[in-house]
Amino acid sequence: MTTDYNQLTIHEANKLLKDRQVSSVELTKACLERIQQVESKVGAIVTVTEELALEQARKADELIGTGDINPLTGVPALIKDVMCTRGVRTTCSSKMLENFVPPYDAAVVEKLNEAGMVMVGKANMDEFAMGSSTEHSAFHPTHNPWNLSRVPGGSSGGSAAAVAAGEAIYTLGSDTGGSIRQPAGFCSVTGLKPTYGRVSRYGLVAFASSLDQIGPLTQDVTDCALVMNVIAGHDSRDSTSAPQPVPDYTQCLTGDIKGMKIGIPKEYFVEGMQPEVETAIRVVIEQLQDMGAKVGEVSLPHTRHALAVYYIIAPSEASANLARYDGTKYGFRYQGADTMWDTMDKTRQHGFGAEVKRRIMLGTYALSAGYYDAYYLKAQKVRTLIRREFDEAFEKYDVLVAPTSPTVPFEIGEKVDDPVQMYLADVCTLPVNIAGLPGISIPAGFADNLPIGMQIISKPFAEETILKIAHAYQQATDWHMRKPAL
Amino acid sequence: MKLSREEVLHIAQLARLGVSDEDVERAREQLSNILENFEILQSVDTDDIPPTAQSLVLQNVLREDESCDSFPRKDILANAPQEDEDSFRVRAVLE
Repeated sequence: MTTDYNQLTIHEANKLLKDRQVSSVELTKACLERIQQVESKVGAIVTVTEELALEQARKADELIGTGDINPLTGVPALIKDVMCTRGVRTTCSSKMLENFVPPYDAAVVEKLNEAGMVMVGKANMDEFAMGSSTEHSAFHPTHNPWNLSRVPGGSSGGSAAAVAAGEAIYTLGSDTGGSIRQPAGFCSVTGLKPTYGRVSRYGLVAFASSLDQIGPLTQDVTDCALVMNVIAGHDSRDSTSAPQPVPDYTQCLTGDIKGMKIGIPKEYFVEGMQPEVETAIRVVIEQLQDMGAKVGEVSLPHTRHALAVYYIIAPSEASANLARYDGTKYGFRYQGADTMWDTMDKTRQHGFGAEVKRRIMLGTYALSAGYYDAYYLKAQKVRTLIRREFDEAFEKYDVLVAPTSPTVPFEIGEKVDDPVQMYLADVCTLPVNIAGLPGISIPAGFADNLPIGMQIISKPFAEETILKIAHAYQQATDWHMRKPAL
Repeated sequence: MKLSREEVLHIAQLARLGVSDEDVERAREQLSNILENFEILQSVDTDDIPPTAQSLVLQNVLREDESCDSFPRKDILANAPQEDEDSFRVRAVLE
């Protein structure tokens, strides 16, 4: 076990806290020191909440002193800056919300607070969660801890980089088209996008409401299960949250995957895919087979339509969701315009960054009179076909295994001015959101010291099946235990 | 086919998004490139396929109509770009 407290997993930290070998204040200070040490290089954080963290840590230590401890009590975390935190500014990495201080906590923050979270800060992201590299943050880009000239992925790039860099023990992210899994893959951490409806989105700033979902980014699958145990579940304040009961997600972590049926979707091994990534995933598949899983190939022909479907549906929904930023009730307001309309136009022109404006325009176009049927309605129909194809695959297979991304992390600046190339970075993760399925990315190797992620996908509410296989793989390998040299 | 200048200006107006001349030119280029990538959907046969608006099977989620506390006025106004006593201050709507 490592002696760097900030590098502990949740379950390791919990054991030490329980045995009084470390206090929550010590753990928290270790993370805060690490933040001081590496943040100028990594840039994973928008706001550090040192005072709040130490206060929460002292409270946690008091609770632990009375024997009141659950798995997350006193463990330092970082929350993606798209989830509302009462009294702590929530910026969405946008100039529009630079000074927005929410009067309430998101449901997930409420739940984590009840479970004894210590929040060390808010994580950087692509503005309003739109992007695949965290270069679209209005404040600063985040750098990949494995290679500082590379992107950490996005949009939860700050959350993923912070876990990899040991700035927090676990983080929350949100995933609309791959925004948890793709950065988890790029930073060699474990990231779960739960089923649509599994986690309440009350207090999550909306991007694309039929796709958004909150999930954990952690150092291993056990930690992922522990966070899910707290954040999953129905919430009457989110009418899309599912009333399904929440299992104890640690119960499925048996290490035994004998007889489980794994499908390999051939369309995910796309043209233009980096050969090292394909090789690494093929090796993983062989390992899973050696562990007793039954592997077969499956075809999902509509995969090639997912990119278009996504980039119609997500911007359309975003254009409606982001209509609320008009400089009236909260957020940025442009000063010095002549009229009400002019104030609104200029507020949105100067408050939003380039990618957000691009997507608002795209969505507005797709929803505008004369184009609705050709774009939005068509995309929704193809969405049905994509979902049906997955449903059929899950009649035969328990899970699908595929790469998380077709490449290793790319260079900062490489794709930032080429939206179509940037959108292709999510080609393996988008279909999962379109169909509302759960998916995880776990570390699966390296190419030239750059991380490769493997994705495991299953049917709605089968998070346990995913976690079981991912956990068994981590029992047999040590990719997830490697740390970047920073 | 590249979007016309007028089309881009129309979209920007619908979205209430101020744009510079440079923005318009960039949008013509980039939006057109992106829209080209959407053409692929036109070849998919979707006759008799119902649209999916969201992936949950939930419908008509109802709850009791119970009153509850709303946020204190001062908490909400704390984020206002401009306030005036108990209200948001905005530009004149009718000129």
